Amino acid sequence: MIPFTTLTSKATALPIANIDTDQLIPARFMSQPRSAGYGAFLLHDLRHNPDGTRRDFPLNPPEAEGSAILITRRNFGCGSSREAAVYALADHGIRAVIAPSFGDIFAANSIKNGLLPAVVTEPDSERLLEAAALPGARPTTIDLAAQTITIGNLVVNFTIDRVWKTQLLEGLDDIDLTLREARLIEGFVEQDRAARPWAVPDLS
Amino acid sequence: MPDRTPITRSLTRPLTLIDKLWNAHAITTRADGQTLLFIDRHLLHEGSFHAFNQLRERNARIARPDLTFGIADHYVPTRKASTEAAPAAHTMIAQLARNAAEFGFLSAGAADPRQGIVHVALPEQGLTLPGLSLVCGDSHTSTHGAFGAYAFGIGASEVAHVLMTQTLWQKRPDQMRITVNGTLPPGIGAKDIALHIIARIGADGAQGHAIEYAGSTIRALSMEARMTLCNLSIEAGARLGLIAPDETTFAFLKNRRFAPKAALFDRAITDWRHLTTDPDAEFDREHTINAPDIAPTVTWGTSPEQALPITGHIPNPDTMPDPNKAQAARDAIAYMDLYAGQKLTDIPIDRIFIGSCTNSRIEDLRAASVILANRTARIPGLVSPGSAAVKHQAEAEGLHHIFQAAGLEWADPGCSMCVGMNGDTVPSGERCASTTNRNFKGRQGRGSRTHLMSPAMAAAAAITGHLTDARLLRHS
Repeated sequence: MIPFTTLTSKATALPIANIDTDQLIPARFMSQPRSAGYGAFLLHDLRHNPDGTRRDFPLNPPEAEGSAILITRRNFGCGSSREAAVYALADHGIRAVIAPSFGDIFAANSIKNGLLPAVVTEPDSERLLEAAALPGARPTTIDLAAQTITIGNLVVNFTIDRVWKTQLLEGLDDIDLTLREARLIEGFVEQDRAARPWAVPDLS
Repeated sequence: MPDRTPITRSLTRPLTLIDKLWNAHAITTRADGQTLLFIDRHLLHEGSFHAFNQLRERNARIARPDLTFGIADHYVPTRKASTEAAPAAHTMIAQLARNAAEFGFLSAGAADPRQGIVHVALPEQGLTLPGLSLVCGDSHTSTHGAFGAYAFGIGASEVAHVLMTQTLWQKRPDQMRITVNGTLPPGIGAKDIALHIIARIGADGAQGHAIEYAGSTIRALSMEARMTLCNLSIEAGARLGLIAPDETTFAFLKNRRFAPKAALFDRAITDWRHLTTDPDAEFDREHTINAPDIAPTVTWGTSPEQALPITGHIPNPDTMPDPNKAQAARDAIAYMDLYAGQKLTDIPIDRIFIGSCTNSRIEDLRAASVILANRTARIPGLVSPGSAAVKHQAEAEGLHHIFQAAGLEWADPGCSMCVGMNGDTVPSGERCASTTNRNFKGRQGRGSRTHLMSPAMAAAAAITGHLTDARLLRHS
């Protein structure tokens, strides 16, 4: 996983609350292999008309191209646990989403893919939305260690779980960490067999 | 997520059920507060293929195939029409079967008599037990909390982690107790309780929390109703929702295929009786609801929090104090093609769907059939039982005749029109009265408009062609 330290990029303002993972990637695209890239599916039905032509939508105009930061409203990524929602964001080039709150599973999935879910207060999210949408807006800089977001003269703080912060900063992979705990896991299983003999199903 | 200091509760302090389950699965806790939890059951479906690709990249095996169970549900076509509409479905189902064979775990394919929606069919097999930890790559895994299990949905990377280690790193969630007391009015069910709660606390009202449902109303609920309630915890943003096990739970589990048997079952019950919240245990947040206050509840917008009693009217965004909520309401009213002040019962409906992991169990089908008996639907509708076993039971009771005589289509089990990825979709611009869990834009198909409600309410809408208070259609 690529570590996340600082990021400077154009930010796209998406002033919509409750963007669920069904909208981030409609289910009909989820049987595609990841190798083909999921970027084209991101917010597909909000970005396109049924005939495939592009709608007037914040991610569509040429000036949104290359934007690696999304600023949005509360409860981003609620709903389905589909990690494909994060794949769609990541493959589109998004490395950070700024919002007042996130769906829990979405936020956990983000960390696993090196995407930062930055939590700001509702007033700060409105300020950032406004600043990012100004014509000729300055680029947005996110400093994960300092937990700050800067657009021009506007500086706001964000929160993130401290464990997630470390994982992003160091690009740590959980599985390698866990495999080191193999003896502890074996010990737990051994003890648990006596404590809860009914917990393992009899498959015979 | 806000940075939360882990709550330390010493052993001498009273414990919640959530504490007890957490402690029973904690292998080790790191200095940073993350705890490695042992996972007792890992459920898989066709969508889990990304995780298997991660395993192959690492040349890894499944740590505990004996605790891993697959079932085909998301892509299973439920009728001939959907088979033709979803050519990718067959590939997805075959892929799960191949992964099961290669990695050596039990899996039920589309034709298996144990098949069904993962959150309906696996509890039927006795795989969900009180005191277990259980995960699945599906947000509605909270359903299994109905048994007093610590059950939550995870993403593909976490699925891969569980496959390889049978564990997950988690931070201890905040805890919320929702107490519902009193007798439910006739015709009111678990779906109404859940939508009532979500409307009250918001679609993110329980974010970062595990919920325990308690109170006399909850105690009186059947296992089917408890599963519906816990299922919808995620729609309030919760990590999971659970209910302490009791005699209702034990009676449901007795003699199920994979539940413990004989002396081991007795031993299990002895242990399970301790799975309750101690008196005086503290929660981070508490809500209390009075059951007689709950009316049949339907959603009008595009978030499950946009729900109202059927006797209500579409709200006026211009009078809402919160500007963001007003904007969301305006947007939802436009998408749903409604107007402020409109009576909910004046909203026309184009089709109904009865099914999904929320409301496709035998009791749900009975509740709908009570309304539909000797009546004709004015609009088309699809009824998809939650599992092969539910279908078999419903047919033994003759319920399928009631649905078919009313003019509704009786289909096979699967996620079907809840998720719209298997050919069962609501056409663009149409309005569906649905017993499912998400009224998100386009969830049931591009441009679809979804109103969530109970099976009885969906049945009532079928008969009249508009949203209808099912209490008015109950036979005396």
